[in-house]
Amino acid sequence: MDDAMLVEDVSKRFRIYHERNQSLKSAVMRRGRAQFEEFWALRDVDLAIPHGKTFGLVGHNGSGKSTLLKCLARILVPDSGRITSQGRISALLELGAGFHAELSGRDNVYLNGSILGLSRRDIDARFDDIVSFAGLEQFIDSPVKNYSSGMYVRLGFSVAINVEPDILLVDEVLAVGDEEFQRRSLEKFQQFRDDGRTVVVVSHALGTMQTMCDEVAWLDHGRILGVGDPEDIIGRYAGAVGTSEPEAPDGGSCEARVTSVVVSGEHGAATTVSGEATRFRVEWSADEDVRDVEHTLTIRTLDGVTLAVASSGGTGARTLKRGDGAVELVVPRLPLVAGTYVVDATLNRPADGHVVHRADHVAEFVVHPAADSDGSVGLVALGGTWVSTGR
Amino acid sequence: MRIAGEVSDVVASRELLGNLVQRDLRSRYRGTVLGWLWSLINPLATTLIFTVVFSVIMKVQPTTGADGLVSYPLFLLCALLPWNFFSTVVQGGQSILLNNANLIKKTYFPRRLLLLAHVGSSFVTFLIEMAVLLVIFAFFGVNTLPWIPLLLVFMVLVALFGLGIALALSVWNVYFRDVAHFVALFMQIWFYATPIIYPITLVSSVEGGSSWASGLPLTTLYELNPLVSFFEPIRDMLYGGTFPEWHMIGLAVLATAVSLLLGNLAFRRLEPRLAEEL
Repeated sequence: MDDAMLVEDVSKRFRIYHERNQSLKSAVMRRGRAQFEEFWALRDVDLAIPHGKTFGLVGHNGSGKSTLLKCLARILVPDSGRITSQGRISALLELGAGFHAELSGRDNVYLNGSILGLSRRDIDARFDDIVSFAGLEQFIDSPVKNYSSGMYVRLGFSVAINVEPDILLVDEVLAVGDEEFQRRSLEKFQQFRDDGRTVVVVSHALGTMQTMCDEVAWLDHGRILGVGDPEDIIGRYAGAVGTSEPEAPDGGSCEARVTSVVVSGEHGAATTVSGEATRFRVEWSADEDVRDVEHTLTIRTLDGVTLAVASSGGTGARTLKRGDGAVELVVPRLPLVAGTYVVDATLNRPADGHVVHRADHVAEFVVHPAADSDGSVGLVALGGTWVSTGR
Repeated sequence: MRIAGEVSDVVASRELLGNLVQRDLRSRYRGTVLGWLWSLINPLATTLIFTVVFSVIMKVQPTTGADGLVSYPLFLLCALLPWNFFSTVVQGGQSILLNNANLIKKTYFPRRLLLLAHVGSSFVTFLIEMAVLLVIFAFFGVNTLPWIPLLLVFMVLVALFGLGIALALSVWNVYFRDVAHFVALFMQIWFYATPIIYPITLVSSVEGGSSWASGLPLTTLYELNPLVSFFEPIRDMLYGGTFPEWHMIGLAVLATAVSLLLGNLAFRRLEPRLAEEL
């Protein structure tokens, strides 16, 4: 078997209590029956998580991805189906869960390590690594109740990551600590993958997921909608989120509306190439004449980081005549690296800040790497050239 | 057999069990000035109170012990220390899952370990208290050393009997928070219904007397109280210097087995949903 974990036909049902039968009086009043509704958090889930791969789970809130992760971690027991796994599992669901406030950092490292399945000898061998990774050499013998919250999670993370499990389950805990610590954490993950260990990760940070994962599964209402290549699945997921479940409803007084934004590069619609000319065509429709408005386009990443806000205000607010029309934003050299991006559009009156129409996530576009790509990563393509200047 | 798997799970996690016991012990008296001394001060204070109330004021006569020894405090301690231990196991054990909710919701390990660790750390205190009691006996010229092996057996039996009860109560308490209050009340009744502060012989004397209770089969009722079969043998050995009655030993073993089996059964049934019910 070359799968690290095999999920076969797993279903999990939760109860939502209207009023818990936690006191005898209410139990007697209802003749012992608590009123609850059941819902399926997971329904007939089949999944094979291959050895040595980083496997991502995406889905909106309540899609069941965290439930699935907890089932994999054996914290929750499925109502039906089977989960088999090979090797030692360590779960990072909450950092420092199980730390005891009164005990010293040292005692807690041993306690937490043994919860994660390490023997005393294993912990002895890793102890210095754990402490130095967390950067807590000076404080390791003081009680953790005196730690700052940052120190607390750093120690928790450090223990969990140094357990060196065969399978690591991670739930939204990567963004911990300061930048320096985050960088070292990501390095540690990279090392983890290079060592051929298996990682299962749940996150809303789609950009990170896309770069980190080898394979992604998309869950929706407890069912698997797709498994496969991260770019493909995350693109489909982000698309579905954009069309069927806008993150915020459209706003504004709506006497004029942005009906669509079409992004086109030199080679067609909805895609463009890093560093090439790109046009953003904003199509609008007005029920009446609307005076003194400006268009604003916001470009952001899938995880919501705003990269650019472009307003037409600089060229003077203008009047929209009743009917339909369009304006275009022309960018001669698109300074974005390869990836998927989201566009929000706004129509507003700069004079008093009145919002006529706001359309979030009105479009999405894919930027492909340039043919002469220097492999830039990050968000911005500087487009510079390297020149040797001697010594 | 599922129980074999459950036992091997626990055995495989014995290091974690050790760490959990250490956690309990280390944190118990953290921040107190007297620290470990509290585990001795408490029983001594209770002994003083009970001696004044029941021996000095109410004139409860203890039985005559080995070599004609008559001492109410010693008579009392032989059963009071095991009772205190048993009561800690049950009353502390029933809330152990609630107190460790975060651990249960965020990490996986055999949940029974939490209860075992609680029993284990309480047992350490119990051992120290009993050792001090043996030293006190030595001051009174009573040599209790030959009884130590059998005494240890009974101490372990009390621990396992309490563990079984705590296993069941701890999971019920997650579903019905009333359990904690019932248990507090019931333990108070149980304390007085067990010959701890008075000798069991006082009960049989009621049977022949003229009070309203004399018609009841009190001695039989008493022998149905499983705690009697643990405490009487301990008192027989230490205070009386005699070998315990065989049928008491049998009852103690039986009570322990029943408690463990039923407690584990209750725990097994409710354990899988713990992480979501907490």
